[in-house]
Amino acid sequence: MMSALNLALSACGLALAAALAPSLVHRPDMQRTTLSLLLALTGLLAILAGMAGLLYGGGDIVLPLGLPWLPMHLRLDALASFFYLVIGALLLPVAIYSQGYLRGESHLTPLAIFLPLFVLGMLGILASDDAFTFMLFWELMSISSFFLVTFKHQHAENRKAGFIYILMAHMAGLLILGSFAVLYAASGSFEFSAMRQAEISPFWASVAFLLAGFGFGTKAGVVPLHGWLPEAHPVAPSNVSALMSGIMLKVAIFGFIRVVWDLMGPGDFQWWWGTLVLAAGSGSAVSGVLLALQQHDLKRLLAYHSIENIGIILIGLGLGMLLAHFGHPMLAALGLIAALYHTINHALFKGLLFMGAGAILHSTGSRDMESMGGLIHRMPWTAVFFLVACLSISALPPFNGFVSEWLTFQTALLAPQLGGALLTAIVPFSAAMLALAGALAAACFVKVFGVVFLGHARSEAAAHAHEVDNWMKLGMAIPAVLCLALGLLPVLFIPLMDAVPQSLLQVSLAGSVHAHGWLWLTPVTAAHSSYSAPIALAGMLVLGGLAFWLTHPKGTSIRRNVLWSCGNPHIHARMQYNATSFSQPLRRIFAPIYRPEVHAHSEHSRHKVLANQVLYVVHVADLGVKYIYQPIGRFTLFTAKLLQHEHQRGIHAYLAYTFITILFLLAVYI
Amino acid sequence: MSAALIQQLVDGLAALMLLTSFALLAQHRMLSVLNWFAAQGVLLAVTAAVVAYGTDNNELYISAVMTFLLKGLLLPWLLWRVIRELHVHREVEPLMNTTLTMLVALGVTLFAFHIIQPIEKISQLMTRDSMAIATACVLLGMLMMITRRKAITQVVGFLAVENSLFFAAIGSTNGMPLVVEIGIAFDVLIAALIFGLFFFQIRDTFDSLEVDAMNAHLIHGDDEE
Repeated sequence: MMSALNLALSACGLALAAALAPSLVHRPDMQRTTLSLLLALTGLLAILAGMAGLLYGGGDIVLPLGLPWLPMHLRLDALASFFYLVIGALLLPVAIYSQGYLRGESHLTPLAIFLPLFVLGMLGILASDDAFTFMLFWELMSISSFFLVTFKHQHAENRKAGFIYILMAHMAGLLILGSFAVLYAASGSFEFSAMRQAEISPFWASVAFLLAGFGFGTKAGVVPLHGWLPEAHPVAPSNVSALMSGIMLKVAIFGFIRVVWDLMGPGDFQWWWGTLVLAAGSGSAVSGVLLALQQHDLKRLLAYHSIENIGIILIGLGLGMLLAHFGHPMLAALGLIAALYHTINHALFKGLLFMGAGAILHSTGSRDMESMGGLIHRMPWTAVFFLVACLSISALPPFNGFVSEWLTFQTALLAPQLGGALLTAIVPFSAAMLALAGALAAACFVKVFGVVFLGHARSEAAAHAHEVDNWMKLGMAIPAVLCLALGLLPVLFIPLMDAVPQSLLQVSLAGSVHAHGWLWLTPVTAAHSSYSAPIALAGMLVLGGLAFWLTHPKGTSIRRNVLWSCGNPHIHARMQYNATSFSQPLRRIFAPIYRPEVHAHSEHSRHKVLANQVLYVVHVADLGVKYIYQPIGRFTLFTAKLLQHEHQRGIHAYLAYTFITILFLLAVYI
Repeated sequence: MSAALIQQLVDGLAALMLLTSFALLAQHRMLSVLNWFAAQGVLLAVTAAVVAYGTDNNELYISAVMTFLLKGLLLPWLLWRVIRELHVHREVEPLMNTTLTMLVALGVTLFAFHIIQPIEKISQLMTRDSMAIATACVLLGMLMMITRRKAITQVVGFLAVENSLFFAAIGSTNGMPLVVEIGIAFDVLIAALIFGLFFFQIRDTFDSLEVDAMNAHLIHGDDEE
């Protein structure tokens, strides 16, 4: 039997082979098939590697690649195995989906090269066991995903998004490099094994934590470092957006856990670290969903939801860090498990949502929700899969989103009094933020599903949409089934993840989680709380059936009408709720935060009641972008303008700079 | 000759090197710049010969001869020809007045002596005292490139830097291997030829050999784009 590490290495090898394949295969449809096949196999191997690593333990290997004095250290531990599982679980369906989605695409070569390289980068990051290898694969991931974002580089919008993306990716890379530099200074080695052993002073540990937090936070899209995310996700091809949102953000979470939880370890945690992560998580969760509510570009909306979900993951991690610091390792493990559970859940349902958005884009040619409507009749399969994802992301039982958010709540609710009033207050506060985010997310996905799939078609394209092919349906079916499975059987899945807290915190939840059999999930003790998804599902089915039976007695005729029409059978397409009007109440409630810019305009004929044309446009700007990014951008340009003059000096000035630099270096270093 | 005498000789030659470097900076006329440059080349050749005699290193004789032919005769002649053919203005046009330049040069020399101290302490070579002077000469050559307006004086400054590096090589390691030496000699020759060609081209294009004129044109060209 192959060991987990060999499986992981062969997954990396297959991804590399897929990246090289376009040099042999030139016909677009052949390229597409090779790409999909090889990536699907990579995904499968990654799943197997993850499972084997979690069940039987991983291994490590030193490959004679890279720098002469620093060979490539690779290691598959429980944490890496879990993320291999996450990557594989989404990569497999996305690869199958790509076979259908990329049909008819003529210039496939850039995608066929950079998509596998992107995957290789992510797989490599997970397995790397020294800082150099880590950064190497990290940059591979960042750079190849830049080419994926700018795949349709003919549009200026896409090039702009690509620029913002690569700028922030590099900033993140620099910060992460800084945190490794601090750890290197403390340990004297690039190898992770040495960094784990190293003693580090509290001050430098905090510096490394902040650098890693901001670096990985930028990549994960934590507010206010999220500026690139709503720009880059919508413009990438949908299968790429699914991977970027579903996995790449998770790789950033992985990096954060690797550096902060693993390399530094819970012993080094300080009380404000967890608080900061908790605050960042709560802020991201609420502001992400608030901004998502006001979008009408479907993929942009989903991108903002990624910010929200990263926030939820961070809430779990932050609670874990706080509890670990105050000496409650069991509860800390629960927070970690909740975060990891939400990680895989988000990978699945967000991947599914982006694939669904891609299917809609594929058949209607638009991302604008205001031009959709009634698609449930023309794309029934897509509608079902999309609905599953909507229910999952809204954290409704019996789907998986509920389980992980419930676990996060349990962690917050079970947390005992922790020193000081501030800390005592912040835990329930973040739980409240989580609840608010969950409710708003549900509202948002009612809007999405209602506007896109229900009611009348708002455009010709939507009226003549067609169902997608079987590859795409299969690609969406797999995560949909997994969403349900993870929602129904958390009791079987959590013991699988248990290896992660065992290696990071030296405690195991496996004993308490299914102490009461496979049916009941009991995070700590049954006396506190328990949840049984199968029973909840059975209850819902019974109640639903009962309600249907009671409201539809035999013999009554059923009146069929278009949904989303307020019960009025003769409603015109323009009279139904659209994306802007549905979110209007919330826009009004949260007006101080949104600061919406309304452009209302009407043309009257004779009397002001007789309007010929009414135009109502509302624009909600991303305050983070408006008040943080734009001033920084303006400042940079301003400084550049000041320095521009220096660039046009004569050769004497340049010689003088060189001369002075040499004198300075001589004076300082000799 | 005794080793002590040779060391005295090398030190004396090093002092003369420093003198030529200062002299290069102090000149007002192009022709005397070239004369001093040639003198520096000859000095280098003599130094190489003396070190060769003192260390019984026969290869250094060859490089001494090459240095004399190339840096003492050929390069000054090439530059002189450029000046004559192109009717370059005879005056050196400094960007910074000469007195100030000399003061800065003095400071730079002191600085060079200061930074080289730790190296002199560990060196066992008989020529170790010349290191500081060689460093000072490198810096003075650069100073010349910075403070002179004409392209030709910049080339002379560049070649003076090269001379000083060669001097440093003799002083610190008893000369580089002959193959490297020959390679560098040819590089310098080729560089000088290319500079020469450029001068003709530049004169044709800009009607001037002053760096400022080129700058003005280039910057102006940028604005037009």
